This record gives sequence, C-alpha cells and structure tokens, in this order.
Amino acid sequence: MSTNVLPTYDDVVSRYEPVIGLETHVELGTVTKMFCGCPTDFGAEPNTQVCPVCLGLPGSLPVANRAAIEATIRIGLALNCSIATWCRFARKNYFYPDMPKNYQISQYDEPLCVDGYLDVEVDGELVRIGIERVHLEEDTGKTLHVGGATGRIHGATESLVDYNRAGIPLVEIVTKPVPGLGARAPEIAKAYVAELRDVIRTLGVSDVRMEQGSMRCDVNTSLNLPGAEWGTRTETKNVNSLRSVERSVRTEMLRQAMVLDGGGTITQETRHFHEDTGDTTSGRSKETATDYRYFPEPDLVPLAPEPVWVEQLKAALPELPRQHRARLKTEWNLSDLDMQSILNAGAVELIERTVAAGASPEAARKWWLGELSRRANADGVELEAVGATPEQVAKLQVLVASGKLTDKLARQVLEGVLAGEGDPEQIMAARGLEVVSDTGALTAAIDEAIAANPEVAEKIRGGNQAAAGVLIGAVMKTTKGQADAKTVRELVLARLAS
Amino acid sequence: MSDLIKLSAAALGEKIAAGEVSAEEVTRAHLDRIAEVDGRVHAFLHVDDEGAVQAARAVDAQRAAGDKLGPLAGVPIAIKDVIATKGIPSTAASKILEGWRPPYDATVMTRIRDAGMVMLGKTNMDEFAMGSSTEYSAYGPTFNPWDLTRIPGGSGGGSAASLAAYEAPLAIGTDTGGSIRQPGAVTGTVGAKPTYGGTSRYGLIAFSSSLDTPGPCARTVLDAALLHQVIAGHDPRDSTSIPLPVPDVVAAARQGASGDLTGVRVGLVKEFSGEGAEPGVMAVFRDTVEALTKLGAEVVEVSCPHFQYALPAYYLIAPSECSSNLARFDSVRFGLRVGDDGRNSLEEVMSLTREAGFGEEVKRRIILGTFALSSGYYDAYYGQAQKVRTLITRDFTAAFEKVDVLVSPTTPFTAFELGARTADPYQMYLADLYTIPTNLYGGPGISVPAGLSDGLPVGLQVMAPTMADDRMYRIAAAVESTVGTFAPPAL
Repeated sequence: MSTNVLPTYDDVVSRYEPVIGLETHVELGTVTKMFCGCPTDFGAEPNTQVCPVCLGLPGSLPVANRAAIEATIRIGLALNCSIATWCRFARKNYFYPDMPKNYQISQYDEPLCVDGYLDVEVDGELVRIGIERVHLEEDTGKTLHVGGATGRIHGATESLVDYNRAGIPLVEIVTKPVPGLGARAPEIAKAYVAELRDVIRTLGVSDVRMEQGSMRCDVNTSLNLPGAEWGTRTETKNVNSLRSVERSVRTEMLRQAMVLDGGGTITQETRHFHEDTGDTTSGRSKETATDYRYFPEPDLVPLAPEPVWVEQLKAALPELPRQHRARLKTEWNLSDLDMQSILNAGAVELIERTVAAGASPEAARKWWLGELSRRANADGVELEAVGATPEQVAKLQVLVASGKLTDKLARQVLEGVLAGEGDPEQIMAARGLEVVSDTGALTAAIDEAIAANPEVAEKIRGGNQAAAGVLIGAVMKTTKGQADAKTVRELVLARLAS
Repeated sequence: MSDLIKLSAAALGEKIAAGEVSAEEVTRAHLDRIAEVDGRVHAFLHVDDEGAVQAARAVDAQRAAGDKLGPLAGVPIAIKDVIATKGIPSTAASKILEGWRPPYDATVMTRIRDAGMVMLGKTNMDEFAMGSSTEYSAYGPTFNPWDLTRIPGGSGGGSAASLAAYEAPLAIGTDTGGSIRQPGAVTGTVGAKPTYGGTSRYGLIAFSSSLDTPGPCARTVLDAALLHQVIAGHDPRDSTSIPLPVPDVVAAARQGASGDLTGVRVGLVKEFSGEGAEPGVMAVFRDTVEALTKLGAEVVEVSCPHFQYALPAYYLIAPSECSSNLARFDSVRFGLRVGDDGRNSLEEVMSLTREAGFGEEVKRRIILGTFALSSGYYDAYYGQAQKVRTLITRDFTAAFEKVDVLVSPTTPFTAFELGARTADPYQMYLADLYTIPTNLYGGPGISVPAGLSDGLPVGLQVMAPTMADDRMYRIAAAVESTVGTFAPPAL
C-alpha cells in the first residue's frame, strides 16, 4: 500500500543508499555523417542533408567514417579506457519511422573502448567514476508529431520526419554503476556530466551543447537499504541540462523512496524527465521491451585500430580539464578555496580568456566573481551569458590599471557594457566617464573648495589632515566623481602645506 | 530473326568497334527478339526500349567521333531486377517495391554504363532473390526456353532465360546461395559468382549481406570473363569490397580455351558423390571429369566433411540477415503503402503493407530469421551457424592445399516442371545443395554447360580459392572447348 507521502531528501538519504549510472550520448562534430558523405550541419532545412545511404534506400551500404572512429578512440583515451584491437559494429533492430533502415548501426558486445574512469572533483574532493564502455553508433532522424495534445505519437494527426540527423555519428559513454555516494549522488551526477562535457570540449570532437541535443543524458537510479542488494533501477531519459541531471536523480530518489516506503516495488522502466516540473513520468516498461536482436553488422568489416595509431593519438591528447585547472591554480597563485569558488561559479574559462586578453589573474577573478557574478545571479543567467565578454572585462581592467578609470567609474562603464552600449572605450566617451586627470581643472576645483570652506582649510594648515575629507568630497562633487580621490587628496594637502 | 542475336558478346563488341554493325542495329535486334518471344518466356519485368536505343546511339556517336571503344561497348545487357538502376523500376520482383525508381545507380550499373554497354531492361527473379525457380516472383514465373513447362532456375531465372532465349547476349545476376550458377546450369548458360567482395554490392538490394555477390551471366565463358572484368574491382562505397587488383579472368578464359590443363590438380568433393542427385546429372558429371583428365588435369578426391551442414547453416544465416535487411520496407519512405486512411495506426499501416507486399517465401524467411536472432535463441541458431561457416571455410582452405580447384555438378537435378517443388520448401532448397558451400566460404564459383540429360542442360561447377577467380575461368573455358556449347530448341 502506497502512503503517497513524499519524504524529505534528508530523510531518504538517512535510510536508503542510492546507486546511479549514466549513459551519455554525444554527437560528434565530424564534417560528414558516420556512414556516408552527407554534411552534419545543425539547423539546415529538413531533409536536405540526406542521400541513399542515410535514408536507408534499398541497395545502399554504409562505410565507416575514420574521423569518427578517431574521435571515439580519443574520448576513450581521455577517459583512461582500453582501446579494442579488434571490434565490430552490430545491428540493433527495431521499428520506428525515424530509423531509416529500421535498425541502428551500433556496437553491442564488442565496443571500441572499455574499462576506464573519470575523476570528478566535488568540493575539492576527488570522486572516481568508472567507465564501462565508450562505443560508436549512428543517430536517428527526428520525428515531430503534429496535431496531438502531448507531442507524442498517440493522438497526433500527422508525424513529420527529418532525416538530416540520421546517420550523424554518436558516441555513447556508459558509466559503471556508482554506489556509495549517499546524499551527494545528485550533485556528483551533475559534476560527472559537467566534467565529461569539459573533457570532450577540450578534445574538440563535439560542441557538446546540451540545449541543442548534441549531448544527451540518460540517468539510471536505484535505492537500496544499507547492506541490502542494489534495488531495481529506472532509466530517466530526456535529461538535457546539467541542472536537470541533478534534479532528475534527486526527484527519482524521492519518488522511489515514497514507493518503497509504501511497501511498493520499483518497476524497471524508462521514465521521462520534465524540465518544467522537475518530475519524471513512466515511459515504456523495460520488461516488455523490444528484443533488439543484435547481430554483427555484415555490411561493415571489423574495426582493427592499429596500436601504433592509438599510441600516436594518446601522445597527442591535449591537456585535460583537471590538469589544466591544476596548472591554472598554480599560475594564478590561488588557494584551494579560491579555485573552488571559481569552479563553482563556472568561471575558469572566462577568467582564463580575460587573462589572455591582458588582465591580471587577480583582477579578472575579482570582476567575474564579484560584480559579474552578482549581476548574473540577479538576472538568473549563467555567468557566460551575463552580457560581457572576457575581452571587454580585460579592457575595462586595463583602463583602471592605467588610471583612466577609477573602480567606481569602471563599474559604471560595466553597466553600459551589460546594457549593450558597446565596448568600454565607446561607453566612456558616450557617457563622459573619464577620470579628470587634468591638474589645471583639478586645481581650480580645489581652490574653489578651499575658498568655500576656509575654516576647514585652516584646520588642515594646522596639521589636521583628516579634515581633508570635506574638501575632497567637495572636489569630487564638482567633478561629478570623475576625479581620482587619491590624487585629489595629494593635491589638497600639497596646496595647503605651502 | 536477326543473326546478330546468336553472336557472342565478344563477337558483337568486335563488330561494333570495327564498324561492321552499329550498336543501334544490335540493340534493335535484341529488342525485336524480346518483343517476339518474351510473352512466352517472361524473362523481363521491364524493358527500356527508349533508354537502350539512346545508349546505343551514344556509342555509335562515340565511334563516329573517332573514340576507341572498349570490348563490350554497344553490347546489350539484361540486369537482374535486384540491382538499383537510376530512374528505372527496380522491384526485386516484389510487390512492396512496385513502381520504385531508385535515384541512384548501383556500382555495377555505373561500371556497365561506363563501359558503353546498353541496358535492355530488368529481369525477373524470385522475390528478393529468395528461391531457386523464379516461381516466387510477385509478377509471375519465368519459363525455361529449353522447355516452357519447366523452371529456368532461380533466383536469377530471368537473366539466365534471357540468354538462352537470345533476348540478350549478357546479363547480370546475383548469387547468395547459387542464384547465378544454378539458373546457368538448368538453362545451358554460363554463370559466375565472383569472390565475395570482388564485385561491389553497392546498389544490390540486400538479401543476405554476408553472402550476396553480383556476377556475370553469359552464353560463353569468355563473354562471362569480359563482363566480369567490367564490373569487378574495389569500390569505396562497399566496406566489404576487396582492395586488390582484379585477377585477369579474360586472359585465363583465353588460356583455358586452348584445352590444355596439364599440371592442373582438380578435386572431386567426396561428400558430393551423387547421393540424392539425378543419375543423368551424375553421368554427365563423370563424363566431364573424364574429359578434364584427357586435357591433362590430375583428378583426385578430397573430403570436405562439413559441407553436409552447409544447407542448414545457410538457412539460418541468410534468413537472419534478411530479416534485418528487409525491415526497411515499412511504407514510410518508398514503395507500397497500404491502409494509410487516417484510421490505422503507424504500426497497423506498416503491418498491413508488409502483409500485402511480401510473398509467402519472403515472409517465411523473415520469420525464420527473426526467430534465429532472438534473445535466448541466438547462440543455438545464428551463433552455431556461424561456427559451421568457419568449419566449411576450413574445409575449403584444406582442400585448396591439395588441389587447384574443386568440381561438382552445379545442381542435383535438371530443370523441373513448374509447381513441382513449391509445395515443400525443403525440396526447393535442395536445388542449391552444391552451390551454397562456396557462398559460405566466400570463394568464386562458376557453372559451365557440361552436357544434356534427357534433352535438358547439366552444369559443371568449378570452385576456386578466394581471389583466384581466374583459375575457375581457365577450367571452365577448357570444359567448354571440349564439350562445346548447347543451344535450346527454337522457340
């Protein structure tokens, strides 16, 4: 009997242990498709990037794309996998209109890369996620169901299929089951996907844009009582942002706990994640799932990557994100805590680019973690979408360093940048925000201030330097804040010392 | 009836190149012949009169312009309907592809056009190349020109019959378990299955991907070799295509025609010693082996103990692959669509289409293959069949350490009467008993006319090691030089 009461998260993790596993699909950014010469550009007119092969026309045959194989091996190497010396493609048979051949060329029991791991840093602690396999397959087309309420095939009056995506190389990265994460399971799932994304981006083999679907996650979750066998898992599909990865694990943990608390059992099934509500709903049950009748793809010769080639690819791997971050931490002379706050803010690359554009690491960090983070939070956007480029921030900092802007003025210029008014120098000119450094103009303003405040001037002459604040304030008022307060102070004291 | 239709392709090519006859005349002679006899033979599913005449005129124009013509330029050819031909119906003799005109040419077709050959039309076959009599065509059977009450073999019965009926001097077939060689044998023509991967499968509507092999059909061994030379060779569009030079099959055929086989070791397969074969077939076979000895060949018996399992292994592997290959015929993108009236679901439309579009034999094999690949049965059926396939390959490898070629009858029986074997699929499957091992191994095999039994043709099969296609042409040409060619009675 289900009591239908959703427990609290703390309660759930105090009584149950989660096991998670992630299957991540990454569309490779090869110029041509996996098994034919069609282009892979995103967003083209439907069914314009197709040929007899990716349409599965009778008689057509696939030929494997070497660049895609290379990219997959590089991903495998970056994830510390063993690379098969001999493996095959396999056919996965099932009927669906967006599957041109009604089978998908994939890999089954002979994947290209096996048995690796990815170290993920969470709050300064390293968590090792085991990688079961990395294999290569072809993407399907896209189906659009029109006329129904749900966007699903049931109830639709028409189904439109776009085969442009059919045959785009797809790499599937499958983790081993990850037990023992406890309350941190959702957070670590997210951190794993983020790290994987960064690794793949560093390799330059995919643009890994979750919002465009070039990186997609299926999240497996189960709960068990401490010491008991692992529970029945569900597979949550349609998890298409980092935030959703975290939410879907948490949601599914709560839901499963509720079912188990009520004496129910978990059904092994596919569940759909809904971005809007954060809920998962039941898809098809895996128990009655299709028998895919895998068998080795007879149209393709086996893959046998030359060990020499694999060694070359391994030697040529770029610095991976974790090593990269370690190096930056040293170069920027940061404490663990500083580095962690940069990572948490997702600002590593932004700061790096800002430094590359001429700012000091410290200043770059100050801008991105200070003013810009506040602004991003206020606007509810990712830091990189806040509206200022690293180049603009660097420019701003250069202007401060050279004395053309005070910190306060710089913040006003930044306002302009964020408002889309252009580059810092344009905004300075347009808003008239330059520091008043012309000593003639300043001297006049100071004389005016002294004349207006004779008793204050007298105090300063008498040695009370603290009284200078009144005069400095008056000068700043006259110059509309565009003078450097330190310079003004020096000038005031010099004037009254003589 | 023009005398041109009785000439060999080699002779026609020479006459066209020499200007003794125009390609257009040759083409029209064959189109006239088709018009005259195909109502009775039904070798063709589609005749492209207009395209053929245009292609012939182009060759004549080339010659007039002083271009040097290849050996088969201007020579007409019939193409099995399982080969994709751009803009020309390509149905694989199935209702499910009725009216489908491919937007592309198969690689063999491209090479045929590049050689200046003239396609007459598309020939009849068992639906999706599944059958041994052409009775499983969705468009009605083809009749054997030797006796119109009998089958022309299959699946490539249309291609073989078009040669025997002098409707075409050359044809393309495809051989998955014997579909080129067995029709060749029962129509008194030559049919060669090249080494798997020696000819491109790109554009061949797949039945069983690991077995399908396009190849030449002709009335003489030299003609087959000339066509082989045109269509063979590596194709980057076919991953299983072999990136090696094509063996010089034409030179081998010319060498064999001299009739000297001194030093050639010929193996007789002990397991094919005649059990289940017609006595008349075995008699012709023994005479032919005797003739080979007289030409200088050394004949020895070799054992291939796993050949007896070839037929069952084939009937697991081929249906398994076909069950997957034929899944694309689902009404969504091309071909037949049944029941799309807004009331039926997608699954129902797919199901109704496949129910109406596939014939009984095709359905039988899809169901068989789907079962054999199913989870829990895979190891016992498909997996086991693959092991048998390996053992058969080892039998061949071991045999070819002792002999240069293996010979056998092509098929256990001569052309049977229509309807004689359709009631029992197994009786039909036996027609390919001797040809199937070669497909499982991947080597080349050729059927050459060896004689007559009760007035019906009997073929000798020559099997050679992979990529030694030239060897089988040499032996076949020697056989032809000593036993001659066989012409059917006038139609």
